Amino acid sequence: MNRLMIACLLVGLSLGSIGSSATAQDSVRLTGSGATFPFPLYSAWFKSFSAKHKGVTVDYQGKGSGAGIRDFVNRTVDFAASDAAMTDEEISKVPGGVQLLPMTGGEIVLAYNLPGNPKGLKLPRDVYSQIFLGKITKWSDAKLKAANPGVNLPDTDITVVRRADSSGTTFVFTNHLAAISDEWKKGPGVGTTVNWPKSDKIVASPKNDGVSATIKQTPGAIGYLEFAFAKFAKLEMAELQNKAGHYVAPGTDGGAAALASVTLPADLRAWVPDPDSAKAYPIATYTWMMFYKESKDPKKAAALRQLVEYCLDEGQKMSTQMGYIPLPANVVAAVKKASASIQ
Amino acid sequence: MSVARLPIAAEHERVSQPPSGWEYFTDRVFRALTRAGAWLVLILLGLILWEIGGKGSLGIRDYGLGFLTSTTWDVGRGQFGILPHIWGTLYSSLLALAIGGFFGVTMAIFLTQDFLPPQLAVLFRTVVELLAAIPSVVYGLWGLFVVVPALRPVAGWLFDKLGFIPIFGSTLSGPGLAPSALVLAIMILPTVAAISQDALRLVPYRVKEAAYGMGTTRWEAILKVLLPTAATGIFGALVLGFGRALGETMALAMLIGNSNQISLSLFSPANTLAALLALNFPEAGKREVEVLMYAALVLLAITLVVNVAGEAIMALSSRRTKA
Repeated sequence: MNRLMIACLLVGLSLGSIGSSATAQDSVRLTGSGATFPFPLYSAWFKSFSAKHKGVTVDYQGKGSGAGIRDFVNRTVDFAASDAAMTDEEISKVPGGVQLLPMTGGEIVLAYNLPGNPKGLKLPRDVYSQIFLGKITKWSDAKLKAANPGVNLPDTDITVVRRADSSGTTFVFTNHLAAISDEWKKGPGVGTTVNWPKSDKIVASPKNDGVSATIKQTPGAIGYLEFAFAKFAKLEMAELQNKAGHYVAPGTDGGAAALASVTLPADLRAWVPDPDSAKAYPIATYTWMMFYKESKDPKKAAALRQLVEYCLDEGQKMSTQMGYIPLPANVVAAVKKASASIQ
Repeated sequence: MSVARLPIAAEHERVSQPPSGWEYFTDRVFRALTRAGAWLVLILLGLILWEIGGKGSLGIRDYGLGFLTSTTWDVGRGQFGILPHIWGTLYSSLLALAIGGFFGVTMAIFLTQDFLPPQLAVLFRTVVELLAAIPSVVYGLWGLFVVVPALRPVAGWLFDKLGFIPIFGSTLSGPGLAPSALVLAIMILPTVAAISQDALRLVPYRVKEAAYGMGTTRWEAILKVLLPTAATGIFGALVLGFGRALGETMALAMLIGNSNQISLSLFSPANTLAALLALNFPEAGKREVEVLMYAALVLLAITLVVNVAGEAIMALSSRRTKA
């Protein structure tokens, strides 16, 4: 038994050394880490980029926005990604400076599980904020019925499914809820994790996949997650009422309208907590990649600029199909210009 | 090799010979190695404690004992308390111990007391030990997709009929304490079963023979003679199983519902220390890391107490069996 373990250990060690010696070739290996929210899209981009650019490999680890920022500040990666951009304090910890580039947009949807799978449930603004506050607890609530005439809403409890880990998705969602509900702002507040109301009917699951699995397994559940994950898991998604009072289904059009309603400032950091446009889907956000302005490795910097350009030109074409929002044309131009400062 | 072969007559006079210099040398090296290995384990534990304690010291200074009795975990407002997590950890582990312990000990009796032909018993034992090799995350998924749906109607019925009893005081929506405890019970089963089997096998055969000789039935022999004789060993198995349940992370993070509330109900969501740590570390800021390290120290203290108790009981058991 012991001998077997030692043998395994030796094999493992020798494999490890083979692996590390292979990287010593004349190729560029870019490593990044961060947000899980755009992970499916980024990995598709990087895979096709590597296929077209021989000698450049890109490894991206979806660890979470906060972890990505920490790796970036500690200089253990070549780039990072975050749904919550970076705060001024975090930026000040990086000598030489940080270039933040919005790479794609995403939407957060409210997915639900109801008997008979009614499609396109309409949720008024005051209703969904009350549901997540644990104030509206039954699917047969009068306000829900009034907004959905003709839909057979059962008399079951609403089980709210939220993220258990701290995440950029929660940040964007709570940022929106705080914008539309004073009660939310004063109660749970805004953050990557917040103090949720205590209730038997508010449960938490780790990661987007955990939330989607729990919604799928729980009759009467509603939860927030990233559009691409909900689409992939074939969950029913609610139409939400936007600031102008219209009900908008999640999708590229509504998301693009939401992103177009803000103008990006010079540092390319902007939030869309509650878009004004009549066509806008209410919960949308940009998601960023971060690069060093002084990486001290011109070869890697050149490869990164190439990568950004590829993502902006070819990459945006994949966004829609994968459930993300392509950047508006003026944003693409601004990002391209800013990417020159990756050095 | 250098020693020349002696004629048979002379060999008869010198059966043994003093160890050679080489033998002295290897003996010394071996002894030094084992000693270093033993110290290394202690040093490692010390380093872990120092690291966690060092990082958690600021959390301990700022939150003190109130951390253990407060129920709010609000990162944005800097309020931290882990009473719900301690409660959930102990509640889920005790439930798992009750279920897993019962089945583990029963299984150990079944496998050691000649109920089965030896080959079949080996097969059973291997299958039970295989349970220990299944990854935690697989248990979590199995719990989510199999245990929870199976349990939901049962929970609903119990709430309807017996809802006035606090432990059935809510319906099971999805994740919750009951499915977590069931999955945990299966996870600790191999530990409990394996160590209980050892304890039962340690009971001298003559004890059993003596019991039969006095005219007991098989069940009387097992319940009144064998189990009491092996009791301390079995108790040690239960304590080790409990320790395993306390530290279990991934399956619980997926199944327990991660809700910071203290509820007696089996079907309510709860939270555990291990799940709190696993889910919050990756994105934690500086302040949060400090309090998470404090929480880790608390978990370490709980598991350490339980494991030391288990080891002590095991030691006591083997001493008594030898006597």
